[in-house]
Amino acid sequence: MSKIEVQNLYKVFGQNPQDILPQVKAGVSKDKVLSQTGHTVGLTNVSLNIEEGETFVVMGLSGSGKSTLIRCINRLIEPTDGEIRIGDTNILELGKHEVQTLRRSKMGMVFQRFALFPHRSVIENVAYGLNVQGMPREERRKRAKHWIKVVGLQGYENARPKQLSGGMQQRVGLARALCTDPEILLMDEAFSALDPLIRREMQDELLRLQKELHKTIVFITHDLDEALRLGDRVAILKDGLVVQIGTPEEILKHPADDYVEAFVQDVNRVRVLTAKSVMETAQAVRLRDNPREVLALMEKRQRQTVFVVDSNGHYQGTVNYQDAANAIKVGERNLTNVVKEHAPTTDAETVLEHLLALSADSPLPIAVLGERDLLLGIIPRSAILSALASQQDDEAVATSAVDSLSKQKDKSGSI
Amino acid sequence: MREFPESWQIPLKEWTNDFVEMLVVRYGDIFDVIVSALLFILVQVERFLTSLPWWVVIILIGVVAWQAFGRRLVPSLMVMLLMLLIGSFDLWDAAMITLAIMLIATVITVAIGIPVGILMARNKNVRAALKPLLDTMQTMPSFVYLIPVVMFFGLGNVAAIFATFVYAVPPVIRLTDLGIRLVDHQVVEASEAFGATPRQILWGVQLPLAMPNIMAGVNQTIMMALAMVVIASMIGARGLGQEVLYGLQRGDVGRGLEAGLAIVVLAIVMDRITQGYSKLSETNTKSA
Repeated sequence: MSKIEVQNLYKVFGQNPQDILPQVKAGVSKDKVLSQTGHTVGLTNVSLNIEEGETFVVMGLSGSGKSTLIRCINRLIEPTDGEIRIGDTNILELGKHEVQTLRRSKMGMVFQRFALFPHRSVIENVAYGLNVQGMPREERRKRAKHWIKVVGLQGYENARPKQLSGGMQQRVGLARALCTDPEILLMDEAFSALDPLIRREMQDELLRLQKELHKTIVFITHDLDEALRLGDRVAILKDGLVVQIGTPEEILKHPADDYVEAFVQDVNRVRVLTAKSVMETAQAVRLRDNPREVLALMEKRQRQTVFVVDSNGHYQGTVNYQDAANAIKVGERNLTNVVKEHAPTTDAETVLEHLLALSADSPLPIAVLGERDLLLGIIPRSAILSALASQQDDEAVATSAVDSLSKQKDKSGSI
Repeated sequence: MREFPESWQIPLKEWTNDFVEMLVVRYGDIFDVIVSALLFILVQVERFLTSLPWWVVIILIGVVAWQAFGRRLVPSLMVMLLMLLIGSFDLWDAAMITLAIMLIATVITVAIGIPVGILMARNKNVRAALKPLLDTMQTMPSFVYLIPVVMFFGLGNVAAIFATFVYAVPPVIRLTDLGIRLVDHQVVEASEAFGATPRQILWGVQLPLAMPNIMAGVNQTIMMALAMVVIASMIGARGLGQEVLYGLQRGDVGRGLEAGLAIVVLAIVMDRITQGYSKLSETNTKSA
């Protein structure tokens, strides 16, 4: 079962949202509702499931309803209609006090403009959630200290927020959200107010933390690069409607409509596509195969090199045409003595950005290895280029990638 | 057609007079209780202030000022010198009586004004209802309500305190309301998101962050209380106002000026001290 289930959620802002709801449900457009009734439609029929331990990113431009959606989950905004289930409870049926208990025990929130308490020290900011729960001062400060250390702000316990830089302030915000050890982390444009470099640093920090903590994270952003980088799955919101939900690769490779496609065009694919998604089958030969048969195979496929695995499919190396021919001359019965580990290797999750450099350094395809060197597939240079050029609009990217490839080659002097 | 139609006349005069008379007749006992309770407190404070040697009071004020000015010595010495001036006019006792009335009026005003301001910030309807009332209180000539106040509380210091209250409570209410509404709504939202109750938000976030504005309200209240001193002396309040009044009645310009200057000194001293505290709370609450 999913951790958070949102079903047919509607939010209408204005004087009499319930009166307007039927129109919205009937599909009257947002603009029309606004001009005819003065009501603003925030969310229209939003349904999504967020799994335990995943980072679920909600992406959209301003006015798309993403901030409304995240605030519905902890009921800082009251939805007009629909259901939000966390575990077994429909949280829209909870009373005031139950909502407070829910927020205290299950949810932490990180805000775009940090929203730290300027009159409290860093440690008291971080301990705020526990303070609200009524935990004694010594105990909550002890726990706060731990989380301050986790986000790397040791030594700043007694500083005031205004004495810290933006990135440090948001680390305090993150520690404050984590300090109550909530199951769900709500992050509302958490890194959008930061400089690009700091933003990237914080993204890495979040990925690192998430590897250890396995929280269920709902992350709001207007930046698709960020969405694809952080999200296990991404929902794209437009005018309060969900346009597409999918893994980053699904969204990149199969945009649901023109709107998503327009977004995807601007994305730097080399940072998103992984080895897994561009690799081809290896058609490897076995270590015990006869060199004569291998040579025949190479001739048939018109290949200079083949990949070699042992009988369990584990990667052993490569054999080229010349080596195979030599092996036949000296009477070898198998490939054990001629196999060489020349090909670059990588794992399945490596992004294209890093593969480009590997590919430039070696004329051989890259071997993609899984657990205990299991050969999953290979990536010839052509596969990287075609992944980059998979859309016409991306020609420019592909060309520049080819340029940089040949430049690197010039440098290494291998041509 | 040049005359205003007689049937449109509203007999507000009669209504008010009847109402006031009814209050005095029916609830006179209650007013008497309030008067004697306040009088008791007032006498105690007055007695305490006048029983202290003058130099003890000046040193106390110096210490408070030193705190308020962020432990700077020179301005606190200036404040102490100013207080000496009152003594050298031979108005020390009168000044202590005025100080006592002013302190009690301020405490009552702040004690009622801040909670009302909080209510106003939290409830749209309360704000809508109170705004015209506050406007009326601030613009109505004070002589108009001096008369009923005297009818309820009799001549003397207690009536003066109530008149001061009516005059001085609007700024503290307004500034408390403003201060709370100016608190960064994101910070309030953050505390909500962590499951804070409205009470926890009020005490832990809104009030501390509204403190600079609330202190400005307290400062205004004190200034207005001092401005009321002379008017209050017309309904029998003693102290510096009475001295000014004597000066006026007897054409004794010098005496009037001395008492007037003493009031100004008290005002400056109180103003600088409360502003000092206001600034202190500001540096504690400003965000980045």
